[in-house]
Amino acid sequence: MSQPNQNSPFCKIFPTLLSALFLFTILASSPKTLFAQDAETSVIDSTLENLVPIPARPANVKAKDHVYDIGEKVDVSWELSPDDTTGLRNVVGYIISRRLDTASDFDSVGAVFSRIASLTDIGLTKGESYQYAVTAYTSAGAVSETSVSNSVTTEQEWFDGDKFWQVLLLVIIAGSVAYFIYHAKKGKPMFLRKIAGLQAVEEAIGRATEMGRPILFIPGIHDMDDVQTIAGMTILAKVAKQVAEYESRIFVPTRASLAMTAARETVREAYMTAGRIDAYRSDDIYYVTDEQFGYVAAVNGIMTRDKPATCFYLGAFFAESLILAETGNSIGAIQIAGTAMPAQLPFFVAACDYTLIGEELFAASAYLSEDPKQMGSLKGQDVGKVVAMAAILIGAVLATLGSEEGMNIETFNSAFHAFWGVFGGGE
Amino acid sequence: MNRKVLIPIASIIVFIGFVLLKLDWDGADRTHELWEALEVTAGGFLTLMIFSFLYKDNAFYKFAEHLYVGISAAYWMCVGFWSNLAQQAIPHLSQSLSEALGQPFLGYIWHYWIPVALGLILLTRLLPESMKIGWISKWTLAFIVASTAGLFITANLQANFIAQIASTMSLPLLPDWTGFGDFLSNFDLSYEGQFVKMFSNWVIIIGVISGLVYFFFSKEHTGWFGRVSRLGIWVLMVTFGAAFGYTVMGRVSLLVGRLTFLFRDWAGVIG
Repeated sequence: MSQPNQNSPFCKIFPTLLSALFLFTILASSPKTLFAQDAETSVIDSTLENLVPIPARPANVKAKDHVYDIGEKVDVSWELSPDDTTGLRNVVGYIISRRLDTASDFDSVGAVFSRIASLTDIGLTKGESYQYAVTAYTSAGAVSETSVSNSVTTEQEWFDGDKFWQVLLLVIIAGSVAYFIYHAKKGKPMFLRKIAGLQAVEEAIGRATEMGRPILFIPGIHDMDDVQTIAGMTILAKVAKQVAEYESRIFVPTRASLAMTAARETVREAYMTAGRIDAYRSDDIYYVTDEQFGYVAAVNGIMTRDKPATCFYLGAFFAESLILAETGNSIGAIQIAGTAMPAQLPFFVAACDYTLIGEELFAASAYLSEDPKQMGSLKGQDVGKVVAMAAILIGAVLATLGSEEGMNIETFNSAFHAFWGVFGGGE
Repeated sequence: MNRKVLIPIASIIVFIGFVLLKLDWDGADRTHELWEALEVTAGGFLTLMIFSFLYKDNAFYKFAEHLYVGISAAYWMCVGFWSNLAQQAIPHLSQSLSEALGQPFLGYIWHYWIPVALGLILLTRLLPESMKIGWISKWTLAFIVASTAGLFITANLQANFIAQIASTMSLPLLPDWTGFGDFLSNFDLSYEGQFVKMFSNWVIIIGVISGLVYFFFSKEHTGWFGRVSRLGIWVLMVTFGAAFGYTVMGRVSLLVGRLTFLFRDWAGVIG
């Protein structure tokens, strides 16, 4: 290939114009025309070859099935073009193309910058065989010859080995939970610290009874597939039992129809346990609407008309939290709230008498139910917190000594990254 | 005339008056203009009715509330029927039913009978109590609760536990540390300064650990443990304070949106 005199003014301007034309041709054409080389592009290419330095092609293109996936990824790697970091140094990137083994044309699947020698192709079909082609290109629009890879067939693995540490942590925590449940079931006493909001439950129900006014219980606005709603239902069981014993009345308007079904079942069983099934009124537990603010409007109406003496908000809440709590406050009700939604907790803290913060909601259900399974589970979760605290402290010390943002001491560098990697850091 | 009759009649007259005022008499498409005037006026009226709750519970609020609840409950029932039954289950179960509902038949898949069966089981609670079969509806509830717990356990462990630990542990206690002499000579209180970075990292690490101690349930919060726990609740309260202000700002923007509707789209007093 002959090289033009690159010092002449003509050669300084003309390649730029021609490059723009060439890039336009690339963008305007479909990816496969890059390889099909119809008559028009062949003419341009042959002109360019005389004017723009063509980079050497990347070598040794390898395609390998991605491990630990569901058969939808292939890892492609290649050796950098000799004109990438050395030689002409004009390579600005690589175009990666793919074809099914049975197809004849390659389709572009992506591009990477220079000095990058790998790409993971995603969105493939399990069990299909693919071949890859890699081409280097320059800022002037020149493309190298294409290097083609071996054929690779995508396979699905049974397990995701990248999640080994996650499984190990799960086993430690779940194992602790199982261990403490086992001991709780065998009758070993389980200590649970007092939770302020729960101490007030009985007092609040008693107050409502004395005032001759009902109790309102909102189990959040999510359905039964939310663990917060389930925790709310467990607390409802205890509250309903006391309501039945005190011969008071409880209203449970729900936003989800399944939550209504579960709430009816819960309250009914609570009344049965209290020996007051005759006082159970299924119509006091009812579905309102799935529409968030329609539900809120209805609950606000119930509050102002029935004037409950005690309001419980225990479950998952969103923007309605403050609206409900403010209305409850305006009618002078004792309010006990609990949610694990961080954005709503401030509103409950500000407007309610007692608030169960985050995990206290789940602890409350264990505390009130005195169910060995829940008590043991709570103690097991405390082991998880110890693991978290230890990991944070060890990690912070290693980060101080070994991370690039800390002292960056070489000895600790790999230790920090290995430890951080266990928790998925640096990915 | 009774107030209970007079107020609704007066309200309807005022509503019609506002619709007429809003109507563009020069518009080309009269029907379209009339619908638009009705929609905007109804929106304005309903907004004011809901706002009236700020004064006290009243007949207008009750009307808006019941309208909202009734319409939305019916709407969601239709959405539930069409999106779940008509568009997902039936097109995989019955060709004739799919065609009757105007849906394309997508091919028979037997496991679509599972949700249908669970749905029917749930409905057994509607049968008379004398049949003593309502208890079977608990199976569906148990299935939903258990399958959800199983599905979300890994995602929750990753997002709420492991990722949080990874983010906190990567904070060095002595960022950009090259020696005590350098620290003093380059002492800087700017946001990018070493001291502020260090302070911020310490606050996060101590805050997270003390917060975790607060949520420790199987140990009495007394002595040093109690003091750390108390620090944890302080950290939580400070965080809640900041979150409160942040969220209130968002709510104010919602109020501004509604007021814009009232004053621009409906009353037309602002441009």
